[in-house]
Amino acid sequence: MSILQNLCQQLFKRSLWVYHANSGGCNGCDIEVLNVLTPYYDVERFGIKLVGSPRHADVMLCQGPAMRSTGKALRRAYEAMPAPKLVFAIGSCACGGGIWHDTYSVLGPVEKILPVSYYIPGCPPRPEAIIYGVAVALGVVDKKSAPVKFKQMELAIPRYHPEDLKEENGMVVYQKCEKI
Amino acid sequence: MSLLSKIKETLICFKAGRVTLPYPRETRPVPPRFRGRPVFDAAKCVGCGGCASNCPAREILMVDLCQEVRVVKYIGRRCTYCGRCADVCPEKAITMSKEFETATNEIHDIQQELELFMGTCQRCGRCFTDAGPLDQLKMKGYRFDELDKDRWVYRSAGYLEKEAAVRDIEIEMD
Ligand code: SF4
Ligand code: SF4
Ligand code: SF4
Repeated sequence: MSILQNLCQQLFKRSLWVYHANSGGCNGCDIEVLNVLTPYYDVERFGIKLVGSPRHADVMLCQGPAMRSTGKALRRAYEAMPAPKLVFAIGSCACGGGIWHDTYSVLGPVEKILPVSYYIPGCPPRPEAIIYGVAVALGVVDKKSAPVKFKQMELAIPRYHPEDLKEENGMVVYQKCEKI
Repeated sequence: MSLLSKIKETLICFKAGRVTLPYPRETRPVPPRFRGRPVFDAAKCVGCGGCASNCPAREILMVDLCQEVRVVKYIGRRCTYCGRCADVCPEKAITMSKEFETATNEIHDIQQELELFMGTCQRCGRCFTDAGPLDQLKMKGYRFDELDKDRWVYRSAGYLEKEAAVRDIEIEMD
């Protein structure tokens, strides 16, 4: 995290020019990204500017999953960007394939095609969530999420015959009684 | 004429005042019906699997480690925040929080995992299923997630040119 953040702060000191690539999303995320650029949210105060060509861009904002039809074009757009480049996956589609992750035409998350640096989940994410993601990348705020794991430490009910348990095909099962 | 209109425009701009939200420094409360990230309550969940059956994104995986331990894994990466899991949960173990600041550079940060002990039949020691296969489809918790198949779903990049995808996705379950 800190390495990436330092790198960002070093490389993108001045301003980020973003290129907005939709590889097959439903347009919900596009609208939220454009919303972010309006005077109400106004990310231009961070120096973020939308450019029309990947050759001018530092950051690619990906919306929509990687599709069979647009995968190659997305890769080409990524390759056209000049060297220190970041990819933001915006929306559940770009982060994980969305609800269409197992459809025939969908390859999966954009991570399959491009190395993604930041993920902004949501369907679509709120404009604030997108700004938050950018702020995390710029090191203005810290990220808030961390993996959660709960484990029940005791069996809720007593196990009936623990001595009969044995392992079978990687599962713990009860041994069959020889005779009843 | 055009100068006049420009002056008019300037006046309108001045009248509007400041509208920009100073977002990362100052937040605004979310709308009351906003649905954020679902939060699982391990104390209430009984592991019935209703949420997994009802999730349109197949976001919640149910994996039985053995007869008595079931893992409920919420991956988070493709959740659409639709709230169907919270709607179907009989124990109200899922709440749709108002959390939206989930942006991260590590996708595993948004996953939640519950490891639950499951009750078994006291006589035979097995979790029991009843009814026929069609009725089982309607039952909560019928669905097992075969992780091998999930891997297969993700591995469909074969059509791209010879070099493998830049970083092939690590499926959530190691
Ligand atoms: S994440 Fe949701 S809103 Fe965004 S492109 Fe996908 S389906 Fe549309
Ligand atoms: S909110 Fe919707 S997509 Fe997300 S886990 Fe629940 S049912 Fe699945
Ligand atoms: S529906 Fe509720 S009780 Fe059932 S497995 Fe999901 S969270 Fe647990």
